[in-house]
Amino acid sequence: MKKLLLGDHAVAQGAYEAGIKVAAAYPGTPSTEITEYAAQFEEIRSEWSVNEKVAFEVGLGSSMAGGRALVAMKHVGLNVAADPLFSFAYSGVNAGLVIAVADDPGMHSSQNEQDSRYYAINAHVPMLEPADSQEAKDYTMLAFELSEKYDTPVIIRLTTRIAHSRSFVEIGTRKEFDREYVPDIRKYALVPMNARGRHIKVEEREKQLAKDVNSFDINKVEHGTNKIGIVCAGSIYQYVKDALPDYSVFKLGMVYPLPIEKIKEFADNCDDVIVIEELEPYIENTLKANGIKCHGKELTGLQGELSSEKIKEIILGEKITTHIEQVPVRPPVMCAGCAHRGVFYVLNKLKLIVTGDIGCYSLGCAEPLNAMHSLICMGASVSGAHGMEMAKGKDYSKKNIAVIGDSTFVHSGITGLIDAVYNKSNITVLILDNSTTGMTGHQEHPGTGKTIKNEQTHALDFAALSTACGVKNVAVVDPYDLEAVEKTIKEQLEKDGVSVIVAKRPCVLLDKAPKLDCVEIEGCKKCGICLKLGCPAIRKNEDKSVSVDSTLCIGCMICEKVCKSGSIKKVAGGSK
Amino acid sequence: MKLNILIVGVGGQGTLLASKIFGNYAMLINKDCKLSEVHGMSQRGGSVVTYVRIADKVYGPLIDKKQADVIIAFEELEALRWAGYIKDDGLIIVNQQNLYPMPCIIGKADYPTDIYERLSNYKASVHKINALDIAARLGNLRMTNIAVLGFACAILKLDKPTFIEAIKQSVSAKTLEGNLKAFEEGFGSV
Repeated sequence: MKKLLLGDHAVAQGAYEAGIKVAAAYPGTPSTEITEYAAQFEEIRSEWSVNEKVAFEVGLGSSMAGGRALVAMKHVGLNVAADPLFSFAYSGVNAGLVIAVADDPGMHSSQNEQDSRYYAINAHVPMLEPADSQEAKDYTMLAFELSEKYDTPVIIRLTTRIAHSRSFVEIGTRKEFDREYVPDIRKYALVPMNARGRHIKVEEREKQLAKDVNSFDINKVEHGTNKIGIVCAGSIYQYVKDALPDYSVFKLGMVYPLPIEKIKEFADNCDDVIVIEELEPYIENTLKANGIKCHGKELTGLQGELSSEKIKEIILGEKITTHIEQVPVRPPVMCAGCAHRGVFYVLNKLKLIVTGDIGCYSLGCAEPLNAMHSLICMGASVSGAHGMEMAKGKDYSKKNIAVIGDSTFVHSGITGLIDAVYNKSNITVLILDNSTTGMTGHQEHPGTGKTIKNEQTHALDFAALSTACGVKNVAVVDPYDLEAVEKTIKEQLEKDGVSVIVAKRPCVLLDKAPKLDCVEIEGCKKCGICLKLGCPAIRKNEDKSVSVDSTLCIGCMICEKVCKSGSIKKVAGGSK
Repeated sequence: MKLNILIVGVGGQGTLLASKIFGNYAMLINKDCKLSEVHGMSQRGGSVVTYVRIADKVYGPLIDKKQADVIIAFEELEALRWAGYIKDDGLIIVNQQNLYPMPCIIGKADYPTDIYERLSNYKASVHKINALDIAARLGNLRMTNIAVLGFACAILKLDKPTFIEAIKQSVSAKTLEGNLKAFEEGFGSV
C-alpha cells in the first residue's frame, strides 16, 4: 500500500517500522509533523518535550535502556540540543538513536538559515539526507541500523522542501526491536578518563565509516550524455533532474562522512564538476580539501533556497523573463480575535521597550503594532530584559518589558526568570498564555494539561511557578480586558524586584465552534484609531471611515474598547 | 497527462486541503505526484502557495515561473501576485473574494481595482467563481475551497467521480456531505 506523505510523516513512518519505542520533540517548523505523526502509533511512547535538549536526553535514555528512539527538531533546536549531541556521540548507543533535524533555507519560518551539516562534522555523527518522502522513510530505517552498527547517534537532515512536500511512500509493517540494558560505566559515564577512551572509539568508528561509505548504495551515480558532473543531495537532486536532465549526477544519500573515493572516481570521468548545494559550501570545501577540483558557491551563492529555475539560470544561463506584478505585500498577521493584539496595542500605547520572543506574538513587531523590539532565540526576551536592566539600571527597566508565550516560557523562559530573581533584577515579564503552541499549529505543552496523545496530565500553573521562583509581584489578567491590561502593566512596572503578568486566554483558533458574534460600525468618526490594532477584519474605506469583514470578525470586541466615538457595537452573525 | 497546478490564497483559506485532494486524485489515476506545502508563520493570514505536480514521473516539488498549467486562486489579489507562474496557454481560476492585506487595512497601500484587467495581459484564460456565496448559501464558509475545486474540476475536465472519491479520502466523515454539496454547486457554476 502506498500513501501520500509529507517528508516529515515518512520519517516517523520509517521509525515506526524500525520498531522505535520512543519519540520526543519540541515543535518547530518545519519538523513538527514528524512527532505528530509518530504520536498516532500506539506502540510508540511519544511526547512533546519542554525543549530540544530534554527531547534529546529522553531519546538517549531510551537508547541506553535498549529501545530505539527518534528525536526531532528544527535547525535552531539542534543548537539547544547540541550539548547532549556532542557528548552522546562519544558514548554511542545501545539501541539506535536517530535525530531528525529540519533546516529552513530561505527562512520560511525561522530566525536564521544555519546549516546543520556542520553539526555532523563537529560532533562526529553520521548524517543522511533524503530527496523525497520514500527516501525519508528508507533512510530513517537505515539510520537505525547504522546507529547500532557504528555505535553512534545518526542524524537525518531534512530541508523545508523535503519536510513539507508530499510524495508517495510504500507502507510496510513494524518490526519490534528490543535490546537488554547492559550497564557500562566506561561507555556512558563520561568523566574525563572514560571520555578519553571514548574519543578514541569515535575516531575509530569514523575512520571505518569514511571507508565503508564508498560502497553504500544510497550514494548513486547517474551517467548522462553531458560530461559535466553535478554533485548534490536532498531536494537539490530533484531540481537538477528537472533543470539539467542530460547531466551526469552524483546523488549523495549520506552527506557526512562523504564518499570521497567514489566521488573522485566520478570526477575523473567528468570534464568538469559542479557542486550544487544550498547554504554553506560544505560539500564543495570538503571535495576541494580532498583534491577534487570543482565549482560551487561562486555560482550558487550562500543565501536562500535554490530551485530548478535558479539552477537553469546559473548553469545554462536561461533566465525566465516574466512580468513582476507590483502588488501590496501580504505578510502574516495575528488572526481576527487574537488575544495578543490588544496587549501589543497597549504596549505600543505605553511606548515601552519590548524584548520579545518566538511564537505567533512575534508578529507584534510588525505594522501597525510595532510593539516588539527584539527577537533573538527562544527565551531571550526574559534574560535579555535582565541584561538590559543590568546595563541601564532599575529606573530604565520601568520602561522595559519582556514578552514571551506560554510554550516558549516553558521551553527557555523559566531559567531566565530564576536567573533574574536570583540576581536581584527589576524586570517585568509578560507571559502571553494562549494555552497552546500556536505558530507551529497548536501543539500541547506542560501548561495545557494535555499530552501529545491528548491524555489529561498535570497543568503547570505559571503564576504559582513564578511565585515559587521567588517572584514577589504576580498578576493574572484577561488580555481582552484592555483597561485591566494597561493598569496591570503600569502597576507591575513601577514595582521593585521581578514582576510577572500572565495574560491568559486560549488561542481563538482552538475554539472550533461557529462564531456567532460580529461587530457593526455605525457613525464612524474616521479617527482611524481602530486601524492601529491591525485586525484583518477591519479595513479602511476610501472616505477614511472603516468597515468590518463579517466573514473574518469573531466579535472579540477589542476594537469597541479602543473606539472613542462609540461607533462599534456587537451584533449577531459572524463567520460561521 | 502532465499537470502543474499552483494553488494560491491567504493562510487559513484551505489551500492545504485542496492540494491534498489533488494528490489523492493523482493516486487514484495512478500518476506520480508531489505537493509542496506552506506551514508555519505564513499560515497566519500571509500569502500562501501550494505547488501540485502530477505526471508519470515527478522530480522537483516546485513549479518554475511560466510553467504552471493552472493557477487556482482563492483570493483575487493573490491571483495577480502569482500570475507570473502561468504558462502562455494556461488557465487562471479565481475565487472572487477580497481579503485585504495589512498594508491596505492600515491605508499604506491600495487594494488594486484593476486585477482582471491586469490578468488579461497574460496569454491565459481567466475563469471566475463566487465560491464564497455558494458556501454562505450552504451555511458554512469553510467550504469555499471545495466549491472552488468543484469549479476547477469542471473547467479542467477532470474525471468527476474520481475527483469526488479523492474528496472522500481527504475530508472527515463529519464534513463530507456538506463538502460534496459545495463541490456540486461549484462544478455546476461553470
